[in-house]
Amino acid sequence: MMRICLAILFCAISGISLAAGGSVELREAKINPSDAASLQRGAKLFIDRCLSCHEASYMRFNRLTDIGLSSEQIKQYLIKDPSVKVGDTMTNAMRPADAKVMFGVVPPDLSVVSRSRGADWLYTYFVSFYKDDASVTGWNNALFPHVAMPHVFWQEQGVKILQHSDDGKAVLVEEVPGTATASEFDRMMLDLTNYLVFMGEPAAEKRKQIGSLVLIFLVLFAFLAWAVKREFWKDVH
Amino acid sequence: MASSFINWIDQRFPMTKMVREHLTEYYAPKNFNFWYFFGGLAIVVLAIQILSGIFLTMHYKPDAERAFASVEYIMRDVPLGWLIRYIHSTGASMFFVVIYLHMFRALMYGSYRKPRELLWIFGMVIYLCLMAEAFFGYLLPWGQMSFWGAQVIVNLFGAIPFIGPDLAVWIRGDYVVSDATLNRFFALHVIAVPIALLGLVVAHIISLHEVGSNNPDGIEIKKNKNPETGKPIDGIPFHPYYTVKDIFGVVVFLIIFAAIVFFAPEMGGYFLEHNNFIPADPLKTPPHIAPVWYFTPFYSILRAVPPMFGSQFPGVMAMGAAVVILFLLPWLDRSPVRSIRYKGPIFKWSLAVFVLSFVILGYLGLKPTNVWGQFGPWMGGADRATVVAQICTVIYFLFFLTMPVLSRLDKTKTVPERVTS
Repeated sequence: MMRICLAILFCAISGISLAAGGSVELREAKINPSDAASLQRGAKLFIDRCLSCHEASYMRFNRLTDIGLSSEQIKQYLIKDPSVKVGDTMTNAMRPADAKVMFGVVPPDLSVVSRSRGADWLYTYFVSFYKDDASVTGWNNALFPHVAMPHVFWQEQGVKILQHSDDGKAVLVEEVPGTATASEFDRMMLDLTNYLVFMGEPAAEKRKQIGSLVLIFLVLFAFLAWAVKREFWKDVH
Repeated sequence: MASSFINWIDQRFPMTKMVREHLTEYYAPKNFNFWYFFGGLAIVVLAIQILSGIFLTMHYKPDAERAFASVEYIMRDVPLGWLIRYIHSTGASMFFVVIYLHMFRALMYGSYRKPRELLWIFGMVIYLCLMAEAFFGYLLPWGQMSFWGAQVIVNLFGAIPFIGPDLAVWIRGDYVVSDATLNRFFALHVIAVPIALLGLVVAHIISLHEVGSNNPDGIEIKKNKNPETGKPIDGIPFHPYYTVKDIFGVVVFLIIFAAIVFFAPEMGGYFLEHNNFIPADPLKTPPHIAPVWYFTPFYSILRAVPPMFGSQFPGVMAMGAAVVILFLLPWLDRSPVRSIRYKGPIFKWSLAVFVLSFVILGYLGLKPTNVWGQFGPWMGGADRATVVAQICTVIYFLFFLTMPVLSRLDKTKTVPERVTS
């Protein structure tokens, strides 16, 4: 059993590296989870551009109040379908069977994708699309070769093509410039990554806040407990 | 008023008698050191797990269609649900941290030696139950690692000759890990194993209080009693001395525990694996299936043994033997002294090498077998990590198998009459 699993693993890994024509190093996603403006921009991008095919079926719209939006703002700017309530989860109308026909796979639910992939992977994935006439969608991805997903942000990023540097590394070279500058596009993708990380664990910031108080309490308690212990143990020789 | 109420109870239930026997007049050696915190901490973690588990059970759905979503529901919609879940997931790993240190203490100070053999065996059965509890519980989030980990472990039973395949089906309740498996693992995790655990912990403590605690010197404090009071000279009442000391230990432990829960609940993927945030998919085998860290030393031993006659059974046997051999420890150790303090260099070195091998096995069990690349043709191109795991497996077993001889040959020091501080 394990041997079969491992064999599959090796095939998968070697397949990936061959197709990518070399390893793609993960780029560090420099995101700030307490930057509410970045998270709000990311949320807007996610809802406008990702949610038509993907779902985030564990994430409720009104959880966006955690990143500084009011229910009215969420209803006004983010929810397009009037039948969707602010307490509903982020689902779409696409039937899985239709998705299979269109993409070959059902686009994965993205509620916790940041927890399985990590921020760096997501960010690198977003910036690694390139034009590939051999693929069905016309797009390919250097980090995730033959991914079924097309390049959603191609108008902003422009068209890139894959070339290989002398040391065999995959390099994406601009063929057609996009509507956004390189730094604007980079910021967009970091905002989106930031939002996905927030969505993966909306309670994360609150967790750290409570955690600091708990630790302060416990450290004070530890001093007290130590003093009590020392007092009692004075008569043990 | 208070005393008459206590009298009323004592005439009907031996409350005062039990408090005396187990707390205020249970005499423990006064020279307990750092290593003696972990028994009490294990009880604290057990309580944490039961309490947090009760609250998780209120919101969790043991249903293959809904289990993964119900865990996310706990993480998002249940007030402080994320806290309860992280406490439980951190508690699972910390339980093993505490138990491994507790067992290492016994190994160092010979706490399993006569008359504490049964105490040790109760402890080992607790350890087995804990492994079962962790294994059943790990399926419940119904992520990819939950599913495939359970698949691999249940398949191990399938490797047993003749009865194996039927046994595996009987455990799963299906031909693959499925909703039926999830439901029965839930039942075993929340009822069957916890009841056994609680009973065994009671037996472990009753047995301890019958024979009395060992100590870092390995001296029997009962041999040296005050002729007037009849109490051990080197003993102090468990309450208040060790209760106040243990409260301090518990608070320090809780600081570490809280730091993990609030600031690193995934522990870099060791306590909560990244792949377990992908819902279980029976059609998609993850590239690398590794058990959670506390099982990996034994998993390494399993992988280190090559299949023989086309069967994985020898590896499964070796893994089982690695656990079973611990039960025999009280009869393998023939040293005239108990504690490492008075044992000779042979024991000290072999213990150090044993612990090192155990840690290496644990590390390698987390990684694919090609983690260190391959040897050249002179070794037939074998995986380096596999060869190292094989050497460590041999060391693991040699530590126990040579013990009856080496423990008698070893040069020991004279054990003092009274405990040292």
